[in-house]
Amino acid sequence: MQIEPRQHVSALRVALAPVSAVLATMAICSFLIIWAGAPVLESWYFMIKGSVGSRFALNETLTRSIPLIFTGLAAAVAFRSKFYNIGAEGQLYCGALAVTFFGTGIIVLPAILMVPFLMVVGALAGGLVLLVPVLLKTHMKVDEVVTTLLLNFVILLFVSYLIEGPWKDPMAMGWPQAASIIDEGVIPPMLAKGRLHYGFVFGIVAALAIWALMRFTVWGYQIKAAGLNVTAAAFSGININRTIFRTAMISGGLAGLAGVSEVAGLKGYLTLDLSPGFGYTGIAVAMLAQLHPLAFCRASMSVPTP
Amino acid sequence: MPVLQLENITKRFGSLVANDAISLALDKGEVLALLGENGAGKSTLMNILFGHYLADEGTIEVDGKPLPPGDTRAAIEAGIGMVHQHFTLADNLTVLENIILGTESLWSWRQNNKAAREKLAKMSEEFGLAIDPDAEVERLSVGERQRVEILKALYRDARVLILDEPTAVLTPQETDGLFTTLKSLTKKGLAVIFISHKLHEILAISDRVAVLRRGAIVGEVETAKANRNMLAEMMVGEKVTRPKPRAIKSGAPVLQLAGITIADAPSGTGLFDLNLTVNAHEIVGIAGVSGNGQSALADMLSGLLQPNRGTITLNDQKLDRTSAIDMVDRGVGRIPEDRHRQGIVGEMLNWENMISETVTSPEISKWRQLISKQNAISRTDKLIEEFDVRCEGASAETKLLSGGNIQKLILARVLSRNPSFILANQPVRGLDEGAIAYVQTRLLAARERGAGILLISEDLDELLALSDRIVVMYHGQLSEPFDNGTKTIAEIGLMMAGQQNPPPPALKDEAIHAN
Repeated sequence: MQIEPRQHVSALRVALAPVSAVLATMAICSFLIIWAGAPVLESWYFMIKGSVGSRFALNETLTRSIPLIFTGLAAAVAFRSKFYNIGAEGQLYCGALAVTFFGTGIIVLPAILMVPFLMVVGALAGGLVLLVPVLLKTHMKVDEVVTTLLLNFVILLFVSYLIEGPWKDPMAMGWPQAASIIDEGVIPPMLAKGRLHYGFVFGIVAALAIWALMRFTVWGYQIKAAGLNVTAAAFSGININRTIFRTAMISGGLAGLAGVSEVAGLKGYLTLDLSPGFGYTGIAVAMLAQLHPLAFCRASMSVPTP
Repeated sequence: MPVLQLENITKRFGSLVANDAISLALDKGEVLALLGENGAGKSTLMNILFGHYLADEGTIEVDGKPLPPGDTRAAIEAGIGMVHQHFTLADNLTVLENIILGTESLWSWRQNNKAAREKLAKMSEEFGLAIDPDAEVERLSVGERQRVEILKALYRDARVLILDEPTAVLTPQETDGLFTTLKSLTKKGLAVIFISHKLHEILAISDRVAVLRRGAIVGEVETAKANRNMLAEMMVGEKVTRPKPRAIKSGAPVLQLAGITIADAPSGTGLFDLNLTVNAHEIVGIAGVSGNGQSALADMLSGLLQPNRGTITLNDQKLDRTSAIDMVDRGVGRIPEDRHRQGIVGEMLNWENMISETVTSPEISKWRQLISKQNAISRTDKLIEEFDVRCEGASAETKLLSGGNIQKLILARVLSRNPSFILANQPVRGLDEGAIAYVQTRLLAARERGAGILLISEDLDELLALSDRIVVMYHGQLSEPFDNGTKTIAEIGLMMAGQQNPPPPALKDEAIHAN
């Protein structure tokens, strides 16, 4: 038997691929459920009911999708240009660190300015930390998969040091957490009840913006060309290093925004369990959405989070 | 009984019939030439024979015994040896190691080099293929590497030897050497399949010619009864004549290179003190075996590589640091050597590839940032028509185009900007006759319009047909330019082998890398 790629792939098949991935996952999970001795159909019923079966459940599902929209976008943008940023987890924490630093009283602005300000510094922090792997890649050809992945652990340990040490909130009764975000910096909730906040809207806007960037602009064109065929892109006059740099800043910035929305929108303060691996799950989200920015929002809601 | 018999071999890729009911027989001691244009199905057929592909229909028999399909090991055991166009040698191993690679059990404790060495020595002597078994392949010339490939096949007791475009990387003299070897091999009973699209070589070496066109055998003739025109017409299916340049007086210099030196080029051989002038209304041909610095020269003129020393002067302007976009903006038209890898992004659409060099021009993008798809598509539509690119329109993926049409798209992108200097690197390699004639006609038209063209080619016939002046490149150095017609092919061949152009001491030890 030989396996050959299809010459033409119809749109239906493209759409069907993620659906069948979900169905296959469900089939495998069903075996695990049976193995555990639980009734299969009933389990699925409760799972679906628990995620979309009520207003509360839907609210929670959307809330949990917010960081995944950002980290998923971060992975998708980077992977599109073949810059394999595995470090969204660390960049998320960097965004969270920036929010904690600037949002706990050192600067006080009215809410209408404070929230955008925190988003900007959070995105910058995520982008800047990714600068290290970028420079190592463009100047010394160090593989970014290794550097971005390992930076995650460095950053996590640094966060741990800060919230156990200098940034530890004295009001937290000994818990390792940083001080709370001031009221002006909190991303406001969308509904009267539930935890859903405006970070969700920002996420959708970010997805739309990335989609437009990739589709209508010279930057998007260059990112796409460099990702699909770097030799031809360089030959046609695209500055590859600059393109990688831009891509990385956008990717790291988006991951940083995930940290901003979690701290300023949901938790209110920085802890070490802020992200149960959103940065890594974002990669799965990106793949499920086949790297298409608009498919994202949909995909990020389907991925279960702890 | 024929040593090899192919019966009704059919292979389809999707809707494309790559091989259509092909039947061939090969006798002992015979050289069968397989002639056909690129994409005619030669390589597919040989890959089926060697077990890389599975045929949809048909059978293969060796010595009357059926060959199991899709099994390379069985093909080797049945005595089929293949020398690929791109060699399959491990550069960092010695000749002997390369030859025994894969013939020994993975479970034995040590290599039995002694027996292998003896067998190799005996073979070398018997077939007149002298080679040092302990030389590292890295250090060998292209001709020697090919010899190793042939010995590798013979070591596995090949009785049918398949050579896929074996002369593409050889100098005329090395080609003669190969032919001598093949003649002595066939005398000992070896059967050879010689794949080529070069007619004069086929006429020189083969006993019989089978011509393939669009996947089917369109004719089989005894070589003694064949001639060039007849084979060309069979191969193409119609009479195609290549264009001839008209005599024009050359104009002012458009490109001047002075003392260009590139110490270490990523492509291998660098450049050593290059001096060259290309004038308007002139085609200057660079002859040479690939791997002698052509890549470094082309990369430099494409703006991808900076010289360590020397100056590039373009239209009387001295260039400092260059970049690809800089060269484009200065009016350099660049036709890349590898059109699939460098010329286009296959997964992008035709209009996206068409505008790749002009994406920030005011015609295509607003504020150099917002792409006007409408303008891009209308420009592409116009160029597709003007340059006769056969495709499903501006919004189809470029990878669906044939090689010839990809080259036409690149030509359209380059020539529509009216470049004053054109770098044409292997512009017709691998194209079919119709596309070759088209590309050459366009280049000659650019020359008449006033462009200066630097034509890099491995095909001496192409250079002799188009160039006004020729320079020979060897070990990163250029010979004195000479007017086309003042030297014979044999003389140029000797220069290509470095006989009148000794390498500089600094570059002498450098291995010449062929792709």
